Amino acid sequence: MSIDAATVERIARLARIRIEDDQRDALVGELSGILSWVEQLRAIDTDGVAPMTSAVAHGLHWRADKVTDGDIRDKVLANAPLVIEGYFAVPKVIE
Amino acid sequence: MSEYRIQGATGDWEVVIGMEVHAQVISHAKLFSGASTEFGAEPNTQVSLVDAAMPGMLPVINEECVRQAVRTGLALNAEIHQWSRFDRKNYFYPDLPAGYQISQYAHPIVGEGWVEIELEGDVTKRVGIERLHLEQDAGKSMHDQHPDYTLVDLNRAGVALMEIVSKPDMRSPEEAGAFLRKLRTLLRYIGACDGNMEQGSMRADVNVSVRRPGEPFGTRCEIKNVNSMRFVMAAVEYEAQRQVDILEAGGVIDQETRLFDAGRMETRSMRSKEEAHDYRYFPDPDLLPLEFDDAFIEAARASLPEMPDDKRRRYVEDLGLPSYNASTLVMEREAAEYFEDLLARLAKATGKLEREVAARASNWILSDLFGHLNKAGRSIADSPVAPDAGAELLMLVIEGRISGRVAKDVFEEMFASGRRAIAIVEEKGLTQVSDEGALAEIVEKVLAANPAQVEQYRGGKTKVIGFFVGQVMKETRGQANPAVVNKLLKERLDG
Repeated sequence: MSIDAATVERIARLARIRIEDDQRDALVGELSGILSWVEQLRAIDTDGVAPMTSAVAHGLHWRADKVTDGDIRDKVLANAPLVIEGYFAVPKVIE
Repeated sequence: MSEYRIQGATGDWEVVIGMEVHAQVISHAKLFSGASTEFGAEPNTQVSLVDAAMPGMLPVINEECVRQAVRTGLALNAEIHQWSRFDRKNYFYPDLPAGYQISQYAHPIVGEGWVEIELEGDVTKRVGIERLHLEQDAGKSMHDQHPDYTLVDLNRAGVALMEIVSKPDMRSPEEAGAFLRKLRTLLRYIGACDGNMEQGSMRADVNVSVRRPGEPFGTRCEIKNVNSMRFVMAAVEYEAQRQVDILEAGGVIDQETRLFDAGRMETRSMRSKEEAHDYRYFPDPDLLPLEFDDAFIEAARASLPEMPDDKRRRYVEDLGLPSYNASTLVMEREAAEYFEDLLARLAKATGKLEREVAARASNWILSDLFGHLNKAGRSIADSPVAPDAGAELLMLVIEGRISGRVAKDVFEEMFASGRRAIAIVEEKGLTQVSDEGALAEIVEKVLAANPAQVEQYRGGKTKVIGFFVGQVMKETRGQANPAVVNKLLKERLDG
């Protein structure tokens, strides 16, 4: 399976990554290469084999319903480019 | 039942409605972090580094949210999946810090079920449930607080939601409203969600399409942002008519997302120029599958209260209530509990069977109590007249000690002051017997029955008059005027 330039552009747009025109052809080749490498797995017969969900043999860890975190606004906002009155401030977005 | 039809110029149209309801799970902490879920805190103070999607932070599931989803599934008569999985739903928005929402796409925790809705004229109908899954809420964006910026508060980010998806089984605005009302009742009964639509802890998206009766489904539009029962009904009505108008004019319906504008009571296109959403779901690699055993389900089942449908049936069949009374009482668990508490006390106080006094008790709650509560803007949970006080008042009426008319006045006073019926009745002399002729007869009877005490009195032990007063009061169930009794006793004993 290989992908075309339009698909690369679409993936980039969905991922909000800007790619320049001269990068596009290289990405077509690289992404197609990754896919065809993974494609090789299809050759393996997996009939009757349960999907493996983890490399470790234990279940999902559950937590008790207790408040153990929060109240760390300074830490949460520390990397924000702009903070206004305790809020993250971002360029105006309106649907 | 008459079927709901939209009369078009070219004939009748049928409306088809399905609903997706997001219900916030009642829990102390969030779905995958230990931050608090409390409403109304200072912005960004209830955010953990997991909720803020800091690199390297891992989600750990809150057991209470799983338990509540299972309890809700049981309340919806639905299949519980002992193996489910979390997926990532990818999209970009400022209030979604990770760039994806953890949700359940391919393998939800709860599968197909149904709820019974009540319609006009004692008609009930089953509405199918497609699925229920657990997911994270997003943060809150505010666009109108600053001229140049959107402000983002992540307190809500990561709070557990249940998305409950119905089958497209509803056929009228009334049915859509009844479905949402029933869902809210069920969620509140079991304590899985507070059902508060104003605060947004319950939100509905409504799918509407129209078709000629009997034909296949038409193209649907999804209406977002419908935040009250009334709006759901208004949105369906408006949207169905809009689609009929387009189809009759020879147009086609675009499958799109529309917003309900509560100010204008209409729906309008969100006019999103973007390509159709592509969420690129995939299994969340940070989370193993969610699994639990039969014992977990059975414990959840055992924790459920008597459900409203069962209560309603019991009220009608065992207690003989009119079905309207039964349906109204079971709508809120608090009202049903008030009724049951009052009824038990009333039966005990009057020595009658619950069945004999149930209709009167329910009528009083629905008319007098609800009327006053509505007027005062109070809920039954903080009624100034508690069930035992209500039972006392009704007991006075049933025993004929006060008239129904007087009972209404006494209730006014109880509601205003919080005082008890008997205290008010006695203070105002509402039943008190002061008639000398009537009391003289009882005095004679008491004296005749107690000759020894009469001798004692006449021999100088005049304190024994207290005994006679007590006997007369007992005979008159406390309704005799003590001053008159005293006077009559003295006249007879001294004379």
